[in-house]
Amino acid sequence: MNKILLIIQREYITRVRKKSFIIMTLLVPALFAAMFAIIAYVANDKDQTIHIVNVIDKSGNFKNRFTDQKFIKYNYLTQSLVAAKANLKNDDDLILNIPANPKDTAVLFAKKKTTLSLADNIQGQMNDIATGVSLVKAGIDTASLHKIKSNIIIKSNEITDAGEKSTNMAATYTLSFAGAILIYMSLFIYGAQVMRGVIEEKTSRIVEVIVSSVRPFQLMMGKIIGVGLVGLTQFVLWITLSAGIGYLLGNNASVVHNTIFKFVHSLGANAAYELSCFFFYWITGFLFYSALFAAVGSAVDSETETQQFMFPITLPLLFTYILSVSYLFMIPDSNLAFWLSVIPFTAPVAMMVRVPFGVPGWQMAISMTLMIAGFIFTTYIASRIYRVGILMYGKKASYKELAKWFFYKE
Amino acid sequence: MLSIRNIVKQYAGHTALSDVSLEVNRGQIFGLLGPNGAGKTSLIRIVNQITAPDAGEVYFNGEKLNQSHIDRIGYLPEERGLYKKMEIGEQMIYLARLKGLSRAESIRRLKIWFEKLGMDTWWKMKIEELSKGMQQKAQFVATVLHEPDLIILDEPFTGFDPVNAEVIKDEILELNRKGATILFSTHRMESVEELCDAIALLDKSKKILDGKISDIKDTYRNNIYLVEYTGDRVSANSLEPFELLDESAGHNNSYSIRIKLKQGSTSNDVLQYLIPKARINMLQEVIPSMNEIFIEQVNKIA
Repeated sequence: MNKILLIIQREYITRVRKKSFIIMTLLVPALFAAMFAIIAYVANDKDQTIHIVNVIDKSGNFKNRFTDQKFIKYNYLTQSLVAAKANLKNDDDLILNIPANPKDTAVLFAKKKTTLSLADNIQGQMNDIATGVSLVKAGIDTASLHKIKSNIIIKSNEITDAGEKSTNMAATYTLSFAGAILIYMSLFIYGAQVMRGVIEEKTSRIVEVIVSSVRPFQLMMGKIIGVGLVGLTQFVLWITLSAGIGYLLGNNASVVHNTIFKFVHSLGANAAYELSCFFFYWITGFLFYSALFAAVGSAVDSETETQQFMFPITLPLLFTYILSVSYLFMIPDSNLAFWLSVIPFTAPVAMMVRVPFGVPGWQMAISMTLMIAGFIFTTYIASRIYRVGILMYGKKASYKELAKWFFYKE
Repeated sequence: MLSIRNIVKQYAGHTALSDVSLEVNRGQIFGLLGPNGAGKTSLIRIVNQITAPDAGEVYFNGEKLNQSHIDRIGYLPEERGLYKKMEIGEQMIYLARLKGLSRAESIRRLKIWFEKLGMDTWWKMKIEELSKGMQQKAQFVATVLHEPDLIILDEPFTGFDPVNAEVIKDEILELNRKGATILFSTHRMESVEELCDAIALLDKSKKILDGKISDIKDTYRNNIYLVEYTGDRVSANSLEPFELLDESAGHNNSYSIRIKLKQGSTSNDVLQYLIPKARINMLQEVIPSMNEIFIEQVNKIA
């Protein structure tokens, strides 16, 4: 037991000391900070350009009827279109030419490409005005019409045991995506680290010295746990540093502060539950897959030979990942989602998609139990292949060969 | 010290060891000889508990081999290697701690060894910065640092330049004098005669010969002598107590002959026969070298 601790210690310390670990640990919060800086920049009113729309109204229906908005101001011209075009100086200004006949198309002229939202806004206003004018012409009292026009906005509330609470759909989707992507990527990144570690020990031949001191199983588990702890350390540092940066930025710019505050608030009381689910599936998923990665590493002589074994391992992960981000989040309560979230091969990713939408307790229990059983099972299989594989040099392993190794006696 | 009894080890498709038994006594330097693929490494891995035999047993100090003996054995594998990116000092401490030494104790012993072998400046260096010979030296230190009772060396001299091979040989002899039993495998016969007290010869998974070197040599004595004399050439007739195998003439009337004693006669009879005829410069028994025995035995089976 003492020896496995020594192995964990070595695996952990040599990795944490690496430059790449330190760079990654700092880079991610830096990207996070940059993301919020961009949000702050975009959300900042002062920097947005004001467009002046010069309206040439030949129909006479629209004059003085446009409403000025924050970034769109209306100006009415009596000049001809040609003269107006010649006089247009400011790059951000536009000319709106409304023909006399309402059946002809109104045209928007600008020196730069107009944005869709700008054109949308103008079009919306024109339609409202045209409708109003038509209504008046038809003898309908627009004043009473405005009174009965409803303005409905849906606000979704969720009924829970604790009472009603408002759901923020955007935050739920974000969380659902983020969880799935993070789990998917870290299973790959840290699983591959385990595999590379095994290959390194095998090709450098130090493995024979070490297994004369410890059991191969201890060496394998030491490596898996050591790398796992490195991953956890990295995640904890990322969360802490990002939160720290967010807090500092938030103090300086109220917009950013609000963005973060709103997001964190929308996670609400569930944050602790969601975070612990994330860590549970991260840890069990990592143990499940890294055992398989370790077995692959032990069966090959170099990283280039890993392809044939990597494919079937990564396929279910990739499959769930693609399904998750394209489809699963829209139907988190479907049968497909249920099965994917209980099968250990796909559960870590699929369950992270479902958790923000709420998962029934019994499904959670099945999934978690199977996850634990699953990693014990893969570890058992992997350790039997591993103990033989690490001592086999220069032999190209096939699946048949691996099966033989599995049944070898000690 | 180490008793290997009726070991059988089979891999899919071939037998690595069939019914091999050996006795290594405390304080011996024991040579495990055999051509490549004879099963030496398989046997060594079994003694190191890296693999288990299909049948048979190994006893260490009279106890059945178990995990508690791991710390009493030091093993230098044939395929050597260390973590390339790790500093030597840290790496040596790690390996020593895996063998049960405390951190402080391993540092203390390492300092002594590093000084002794002129490695003091290596402490902070990474393995990849060292030459192959230097790496081997470091690995040798890692093998013996925990002062094992049994040191197992698989082809210890391959990869060393002659100077370092000599250094390592002296260290092995000194460890042996201090009480360590040494089991090493090799296919280089010169080192065997210099170092070993006893040997076993493996070929094609079977043990074909074992025992003390002196005993083995005794059994392979075949009464052949080399004689050098000065004087007139002694021409052979059927009266002499030996058969002449071959002869060659040197300068100044000297001759050297290789003879085989006839049944019942001794070297004294040879001298008595020759002394009246010539001046004897030398009479020496020709004992086959281990190399010759090795080749003879292996060929006999093949």
